[in-house]
Amino acid sequence: MADRIYRVNMSNLTSTIEDIPEAWAGHGGRGLTSTIVAAEVEPTCHPLGKHNKIVFAPGLLAGTYAANSGRLCIGAKSPLTGGIKESNAGGTAAQFFARLGIKALIVEGKPEKDVLYCINVKKDGVDISEVPELKGKGNFDTINAIMAKQGENTAVISIGPAGEMKMAAANISVKDPEGHIRSAGRGGLGAVMGSKNVKCIAIEADDSSEVQIHDPEAFKAAAKVFAKGLIDHPVSGQGLRTYGTAVVLNIMNEAGGLPTKNFSDGQFEGAEKISGEHMFDVIEERGGKTSHACHKGCVIQCSQHYHDKDKKFLTSGFEYETIWAMGADCEVDNLDQIAEADHLMDDIGIDSIEFPVTVGVAMEGGLLPWGDGPGILKLLKEDVAKGTPLGRLLGSGAAAVGKAYGVTRVPVVKNQAMPAYDPRAVKGIGITYATSPMGADHTAGYATATNIMNVGGSIDPLKKEGQVELSRNLQAATAAIDSAGLCLFVAFPALDIPECFGAIVDMLNARFGLSLTGDDVGALGLSILKIERGFNLAAGMTNKDDRLPEFMAEEQLPPHNVLWDFTGEEIDAFWDF
Amino acid sequence: MQVAVKLFAHFRNNRFKKEVRTIAPGVTVGAIVTELSIAEEEVGVVLINGRHGSLDQALAEGDILSLFPLVGGG
Repeated sequence: MADRIYRVNMSNLTSTIEDIPEAWAGHGGRGLTSTIVAAEVEPTCHPLGKHNKIVFAPGLLAGTYAANSGRLCIGAKSPLTGGIKESNAGGTAAQFFARLGIKALIVEGKPEKDVLYCINVKKDGVDISEVPELKGKGNFDTINAIMAKQGENTAVISIGPAGEMKMAAANISVKDPEGHIRSAGRGGLGAVMGSKNVKCIAIEADDSSEVQIHDPEAFKAAAKVFAKGLIDHPVSGQGLRTYGTAVVLNIMNEAGGLPTKNFSDGQFEGAEKISGEHMFDVIEERGGKTSHACHKGCVIQCSQHYHDKDKKFLTSGFEYETIWAMGADCEVDNLDQIAEADHLMDDIGIDSIEFPVTVGVAMEGGLLPWGDGPGILKLLKEDVAKGTPLGRLLGSGAAAVGKAYGVTRVPVVKNQAMPAYDPRAVKGIGITYATSPMGADHTAGYATATNIMNVGGSIDPLKKEGQVELSRNLQAATAAIDSAGLCLFVAFPALDIPECFGAIVDMLNARFGLSLTGDDVGALGLSILKIERGFNLAAGMTNKDDRLPEFMAEEQLPPHNVLWDFTGEEIDAFWDF
Repeated sequence: MQVAVKLFAHFRNNRFKKEVRTIAPGVTVGAIVTELSIAEEEVGVVLINGRHGSLDQALAEGDILSLFPLVGGG
C-alpha cells in the first residue's frame, strides 16, 4: 500500500485521502510539515483563523524497526512566534500513522459550530465525532476516555484546557505506551488545534500491516549498526538512561551557563537538589523507574517514573528543561514541587518551558516571590487551568507577561522563551536561538553538545570563533534527523561515531530504494531551513528578528561575567549558504 | 596546597560528591583522576573553575576541579 495524505476539513467536517504530490515524496516529519505549511498556508494569516492549517507527520523511518524512530512532527503557523513552527514528540502516534500508510494528516478550516470534535483515524478513512463531554477536560481524562471507548491500544493526540482556551503557550500531548504523556511543547500548537475545535485525534492500531521496506536485508544490517552506536555511546547508552535528561543540570551549573533567577545569574545555589543525580536517588528510594521508553523501539530510555513521597506515581517524562525552568530560573529547589507542576502542565496542556520561564519574568515583575513553588502550583491549578484573566495572561507566554509587568529582562527570541542554556556563556546555542526559524529553541541546533559536553568535537563556549558554522551544521543535521522521525538524542552517537551516522543514511536508502549520501542528507537539512525562513520572511519577519534581547549585551552574566557580543552582521552570516 | 574536587554522574559511585584535597604544586588533573581510579578515557569533561581544562593541566591553590563522564541531553 502506497503512503497517502489524509486531509480533514473542519469547516464542513469532511475528509479526503490523497496521493502524495511529487514535490512532497522525499519528505517526512519536519521536512514534510514545513513543506506543506509553506505551500498551503498564507504566511500573513491569523494563526488561530480558518486559513491556518495544522499538519501531523511521522518521520521517514517511522513504523520500521529502526531504534528511536517514533517521533511525531507537528507543524503550523505559530500563534506565539507568528512564524512557521514544527514541534515534535515521542509517544505511539507516529508509528500508528506510519502503519496505516499515512504520510501526513492535514487539518484545515474551522467549524461553525461551537462544539469540540475528535478526529478518528482508521484504516479505511477518517470520521469526525462530536465530543462535548470532553470540554474542559485535562489531557489524562481525555486519553482515558478515548481508551475506554476505543481500546487501550489506541494512539491519542490531544489538547488540554490551555489549548481549548487558545493560549499561545498551549502544547499538544501524545499518549505514550502506558497512557502517560509526551508533549510537542513549543510555539502554541495546542492553540491552533483548539482554534479548529479539535480536542483529540484517535488513531486505530493496525497490527496487520507493516511498513514497506525496499531492501529489508540492507535495512536490517544498517538498523543493527545504528542501534549498536546508540548503546555504545556513553551519552545515549549510559548517562541518559540512568539519570534522564536532568543529567545535564550539574554540568550547566558548573560551567556557569545555567540560567538562574530569570537569566540574571549563571549558577543556582540549589542546583544539586534538582540535579539528575538527586532525581535518580529519589526515584530509587521511592520505588519508581529510573528508565523508561516513550515509544516502542527506544533504546535510550531517558524517561522515568517519578513517585511522590507516598511512593505513588507522580509524573514521567520529567525533563531537564522543565526542572531547570521552574527550578533555577524561578529559584525553586524542591524537586517534588517541580514534579507536581510537571504533572499539572501535562494535564492542562501547557509548554513546560514557556510557562515557567513566563513565571520567572512575572517574579521579576513582582507577581510572586522567588522560589515560591507552592505559589506556582496554585497559579497552575487556580488560574491557568480555570482560565482566569491572570491565567490567560500567563498562558500567553514570557514576552506578553514581560510587557504586562514592564519588565526589561525578558529572555525570548521571536517571542518564544529561551530554554536552559544562557547564550552569554554558551555562545553557540545563542546563535541557534537567534537564527532558528522556530524562535529560541535548543533542540533546533544543540551547540551545547560541542560547547560544553565535548560531543562532536569541542569549541570554547565563551568565544565567538566557530559558533556560526557549528550552529548551521547542527541546525541542518537536526532538520534531517527530525525529517527521519528520529529522536534528537541519536545525534550524540551520530556526531561521534561515523558508522552510526552512516547507518542513518543507509536506513533511508534501504527503506525507499534511494542512493543518498551523507552530503545529500545535510543538503536536505539546509533546504528545510530555507523553506522555513522563507515562510517567516513572507510573514513579515526580517533579519532584525534574528537577535537576542538587549539585556544580554548589557548585563554581565556571573560567574564568568560575560556578555552576548555578536554583531548583527555576524549573526546574519548564518544564512550565507 | 588545597583544591576542591567535585564528581558527577556515575563518577560519584563509591567515591564522593565533593572533597577538599591537599596536593603538591604541579599535580595535574590526570594525576588526580588516576588517584581516584577513574580511567582517563572515561573522563568526558574537565572543568577548572567553570572553564574547560585538560588532563595534563596543573592545578593551582584554591582551584575547583569538576570531573564528568560524557553526558548530554536537554
